[in-house]
Amino acid sequence: MSDYVPVLIYAAFILAFAVTSLGVAALLRPSRSYDAKLLNYECGSEPIGAAWVQFPVGFYLVALVFLLFDVLAVFLFPWALTLRDLGLAAFWAMALFLFILSLGWLYAYREGMLDWK
Amino acid sequence: MRDVLAAFILLNAVVLIVTYLTYVERKFAARMQSRIGPYRVGRPHGWLQPIADAIKLVIKEDIIPALADRPVYNLAPIVFLIPSLLIFATIPFAPGLGLADLNIGLLFFLAVSSLEIVGLFMGGWGSNNKYALLSAMRGVNQIISYEVPFVLTALIPVLLAGSLQLSAIVEAQRGLWFVAYPVLGQLAFIAFVIATIASENRVPFDILEAESELVAGFRVEYSGMKFALIQLAEYTHMFGVSCLGALLFLGGWLGPGSAHPVVGAAWFLLKALFIFLLVTWVRWSFVRIRVDQILGLSWKVLLPATLILLMATGFWVALRSGHVA
Repeated sequence: MSDYVPVLIYAAFILAFAVTSLGVAALLRPSRSYDAKLLNYECGSEPIGAAWVQFPVGFYLVALVFLLFDVLAVFLFPWALTLRDLGLAAFWAMALFLFILSLGWLYAYREGMLDWK
Repeated sequence: MRDVLAAFILLNAVVLIVTYLTYVERKFAARMQSRIGPYRVGRPHGWLQPIADAIKLVIKEDIIPALADRPVYNLAPIVFLIPSLLIFATIPFAPGLGLADLNIGLLFFLAVSSLEIVGLFMGGWGSNNKYALLSAMRGVNQIISYEVPFVLTALIPVLLAGSLQLSAIVEAQRGLWFVAYPVLGQLAFIAFVIATIASENRVPFDILEAESELVAGFRVEYSGMKFALIQLAEYTHMFGVSCLGALLFLGGWLGPGSAHPVVGAAWFLLKALFIFLLVTWVRWSFVRIRVDQILGLSWKVLLPATLILLMATGFWVALRSGHVA
């Protein structure tokens, strides 16, 4: 685990860098705000309603497909590392797995799930 | 103590390099458009321009929209910045010249670099601005779509090298850079560059920035130092991915005289700069494409193509391993 100590120190430095630069800016910058300046930007007119509204379901479908293939990537990492030692047997095992997965991909394609609507 | 010093130097070096990358990009873009670019601040050729920009942004007023979700809005630039700088923790600049050469270096890089989406979405959501939220939704949609091809292409060098350690991947290219492997290497490199451009939201995949329709995307409400941090994070991330490309495909620090750490680091930075300029070249040459084209390219073309490429590489590696099933 000692390999990760420098990484943690580095992360702490990054956080310190972000906080100090914001802090220094807070000391140097002017602060003259009035109501019109604090309005949300909407091409110069007054904003109509809040931005937090419902979104098309298409975004969630993409997220689902992503989840599927990201889990696949999790399987591929150890496979890619050990393929040299395991040889062709491991290759055919993964090929079978990917074949089954690609049937699912083909189904999603035919159903139009990969089209953006 | 040595670690603290190394971390401090690395942070400063990365921030300095990235600050000057903005200058390189502006000069490069200017030349492509027959302009001169930044010229007035500092002689010769306006070399002090990035410093002037930084000072200007530090002393600008910080405007927080009254309707914004304040904690989320204020935290977003920090959350956005941390992963983009943290990816440099495992990058070896030359043999032994790097902060931590983790044995899962590549996995660490991919995991941390995809955390950037969180900051992006926080910024878009916290602003309570319609442009910002639209941009954030598009951004998440696009980045996760290209995450899969990106990881799959990054796995091809892993297959060839048999290690996730970035320095071991470079050493495996001592005979032949992975980009020079017949057919496989070139196709993998092209797929990698496409996935890089898309996950960096650069033209032609910049629907989330889209200055002509969404003004500047998720950072439209940010000003002053927070804007500066977001810009810094974006360029840092781009430079980080360019470095990864140099390590995975272009042989990292390998080159004539690379036994010396300084020469090795120079080769490495030169290769990273090459990928950065490649992406910049594409940026200033192409037009923006539509969202359905972007997603279609990822899910219908790039995903099956990279999977086939990965399996072809795997077959070759398995054949050469000598074990017969």
